[in-house]
Amino acid sequence: MALSREQIAQRVAQELKDGYYVNLGIGIPTLVANYIPSTIDVMLQSENGLLGMGPFPTEDEIDADLINAGKQTVTMATGASIFDSAESFAMIRGGHVDLTVLGAFEVDVNGNIASYMIPGKLIKGMGGAMDLVAGADNIIVTMTHASKHGVSKLLNNCTLPLTGKGCIKKVLTDLAFIEIKDGKFHLLERAPGVCVEEIVKLTEGELVVTGEIPEMQF
Amino acid sequence: MAGFDKVVSSYEEAMAGLTDNMTVIAGGFGLCGIAENLIAEIKRKGTKGLTVVSNNCGVDDFGLGVLLTNRQIKKIVASYVGENAEFERQMMAGELEVELTPQGTLAEKMRAGGAGIPAFYTATGVGTPVAIGKEERSFNGRDYILEEAITGDFAIVKAWKADRYGNLVFRKTARNFNPLAASAGKITVVEVEEIVEVGELDPDQIHTPGIYVNRVIKGTFEKRIEQRTTRPADKQQVKGEL
Repeated sequence: MALSREQIAQRVAQELKDGYYVNLGIGIPTLVANYIPSTIDVMLQSENGLLGMGPFPTEDEIDADLINAGKQTVTMATGASIFDSAESFAMIRGGHVDLTVLGAFEVDVNGNIASYMIPGKLIKGMGGAMDLVAGADNIIVTMTHASKHGVSKLLNNCTLPLTGKGCIKKVLTDLAFIEIKDGKFHLLERAPGVCVEEIVKLTEGELVVTGEIPEMQF
Repeated sequence: MAGFDKVVSSYEEAMAGLTDNMTVIAGGFGLCGIAENLIAEIKRKGTKGLTVVSNNCGVDDFGLGVLLTNRQIKKIVASYVGENAEFERQMMAGELEVELTPQGTLAEKMRAGGAGIPAFYTATGVGTPVAIGKEERSFNGRDYILEEAITGDFAIVKAWKADRYGNLVFRKTARNFNPLAASAGKITVVEVEEIVEVGELDPDQIHTPGIYVNRVIKGTFEKRIEQRTTRPADKQQVKGEL
């Protein structure tokens, strides 16, 4: 069965390591914070100028001056720091963030990503996504594998305007965990109960399947 | 003798000199840390043809959105405009010129503008629509594009506290683009919650030195929240949980 949004977040959380500084994008990536193992310390970076983001506030704790990049009210974790937007992106562009998780409309076999604009239809802007994909080495893209009409989002060439070029190496969809290298997709894991044939069918770009593909463990 | 005293007593005085077709750099992220009353004053003045540089453009009825609705903005330079329906409508209809700019590039453009650096190279945007028409250059085997700095005729800034000399302290994530905007305005106007006497702020804790600031005014703020998200009061804080 295809993974739920929560399960995608849960699987991404398994990639976190003790001492990681992590930037989580809006949507499914934000949910990753709910699944950080209690055995490790992770600090969340919010690009509007907060390192050490805490949980949502209680009604009494709400502070209009304390929000995350999704404009949600948040709190600060113990040991947090606050800084301006240039400093925040110095961290991102300077490669100081250990892991970035963000959503996308499309990715392709060359590691290109399209996530910010559908011409003539949806123009919201890239926010910090272009900086994040250009600045980070370790990026996980979370997305649905195909549209609800069965059109693949893992392509030979992105069709939408790019957010970044040649910068994506890992994609976690509702069906599979995939690595991008040498101009191909490589199937690492499949969602529980999803067969390799189904993943192949819904992947437009070349998908390399080597040996037995393990199911994701939760 | 006013000396270094930057405090003004009316919004009219605060925005005096703003005229049609000027560039205004605005601090704020979403509705957090925006100069609410300076924006309202620009609306009251009715200044037209403005180029506005700001990470976002408010919502339809609050923040910079009110200047859009009032047709005072000719061009906007922003990274994310998703919360504003009127913005999207004017942009799709070709009534508004929009320069979508990556958030980090926007912050750096302001920082560079304030620091007298005319342009800088960045990897952000290489191979994307943002790179179109820009010089590309390779350093150590990686491609970069040349981005130009931004300065404004005016900067409108929201800080928490100022002293009379215009030294500023910001509060929590309401800091965001504000210090950068403050540095990049020819005339920088700052709206604050509290004005204190000179010497009351600890020099080690000042975020923006008064040299960047031309006018300071004390305001009262609505501080509207865009996404009010909470957890139940009886729930323990779990490490890292959102």
